[in-house]
Amino acid sequence: MPKITYKDKQGNSKTLEVEKGLSVMEGAIQNNVPGIDADCGGSMACATCHVYVEEKWFNKLPKPDEGEVDMIDMAFEPKKNSRLSCQLIVTDEMDGLEVTTPEKQS
Amino acid sequence: MEKTDVIIIGAGPVGLFAVHQLGIKGLKAVVIDNLDKAGGQCIELYPDKPIYDIPAVPECTGEELTNKLLEQIKPFKTKFFLNERVNEVNQEKENWIIKTNKNNHFFAPNIIIAGGVGSFEPRKLSLKDAEKFEGKSVFYSVRNKEDFKDKNISIFGGGDSALDWTVELSKFSKVNLIHRRDEFRGAPHTLSEIKKLEKEGKVSLKTPCQLESVEGEKNIKSITIKFDDGKIEKINTDIVLGFFGLIMKLGPIAEWGLNMNKKTIKVNPENFETNKKGIFAVGDICSYPGKLRLILSGFHEVALASVECFKRARPNEKYKFEFTTSSTTIKDRLGKK
Repeated sequence: MPKITYKDKQGNSKTLEVEKGLSVMEGAIQNNVPGIDADCGGSMACATCHVYVEEKWFNKLPKPDEGEVDMIDMAFEPKKNSRLSCQLIVTDEMDGLEVTTPEKQS
Repeated sequence: MEKTDVIIIGAGPVGLFAVHQLGIKGLKAVVIDNLDKAGGQCIELYPDKPIYDIPAVPECTGEELTNKLLEQIKPFKTKFFLNERVNEVNQEKENWIIKTNKNNHFFAPNIIIAGGVGSFEPRKLSLKDAEKFEGKSVFYSVRNKEDFKDKNISIFGGGDSALDWTVELSKFSKVNLIHRRDEFRGAPHTLSEIKKLEKEGKVSLKTPCQLESVEGEKNIKSITIKFDDGKIEKINTDIVLGFFGLIMKLGPIAEWGLNMNKKTIKVNPENFETNKKGIFAVGDICSYPGKLRLILSGFHEVALASVECFKRARPNEKYKFEFTTSSTTIKDRLGKK
């Protein structure tokens, strides 16, 4: 199973095996990784599963669609490498992906 | 003080269907919601997005679903208290008293919390220093636009609210529109109007950049923004307006002594009662083993909760299960002959 690393701003980090087909958000929620709220449950309606994707991974991931980029406007402290983790569907190619959660989600 | 059988908190799809399930059992309800209209997330987050998993409705939008539900509960002439947030709950023997932020009081043996993931509140600037200027120089909505006459205004955001207010306030003030990226998601025709206003010198567009700091003592005097390329600019500003959409906050419900699990309320899946007798939680806000956050699950949950509400509201009557197709009592309540 692909391994995904979730980091927070304080430098804590947790690496988990996340089943292919799940989203990076679901991987976090199912394993009680703090820092991802996902209030809307993955319907791309709330921007509370916002993560920063490590630079080298950012360009490798499928591009965000317009709806996601629009929703990132509403996220807490969006940056250039911001993504919504509910839209990152785990594949074999994503093995080793590292994401960092923002200081808070709302 | 308004007396009723059930106080419903939240006017989302599940709260609305609760009115129906209670209504056909002859129970009266009031609905309280922090938003200015019914529909909850369906209206606020995805009015135009299609939903495909409402039984027997192959496809409908959040807005259509809301309108259909409102039509369905019309016979019950339920009172809605909108723009109102529930603050306090107090027990009086077998009854509950709820107090809202508008100081309205409600009295009932039952409360159904259909609060979704909380009440909607504006998302705020992430800059900590902005907080102390809130209500003086920093605002997240425009109550009275006269207050913003002849000022230097800096508007943050890229959606329709940001664009619309930029156009509106530029009629009598100098407006900077600041956004984190070059693209705006607001209506294109508003944006072209703003581009025209920019040429006339009435509006300045600043993108892609973010707020770096705010300066001032009692009120804001200026703000500093940082462009993506690292360039820093200081802008004279009296008023900062932020339009970053809404977030959901559970608010005071979290302090009611209910059995909480993160942002959800634990319930008994037989009747969706919480650890407090007569307080029920349904829809996205409740949790029990196997809970799915689907609208259709919420519909099931209120159907069961309404039976328990009946027993508490009519302790001397026996609850009788009835079908809407055959019950003359229900047909009467629905105004059908």
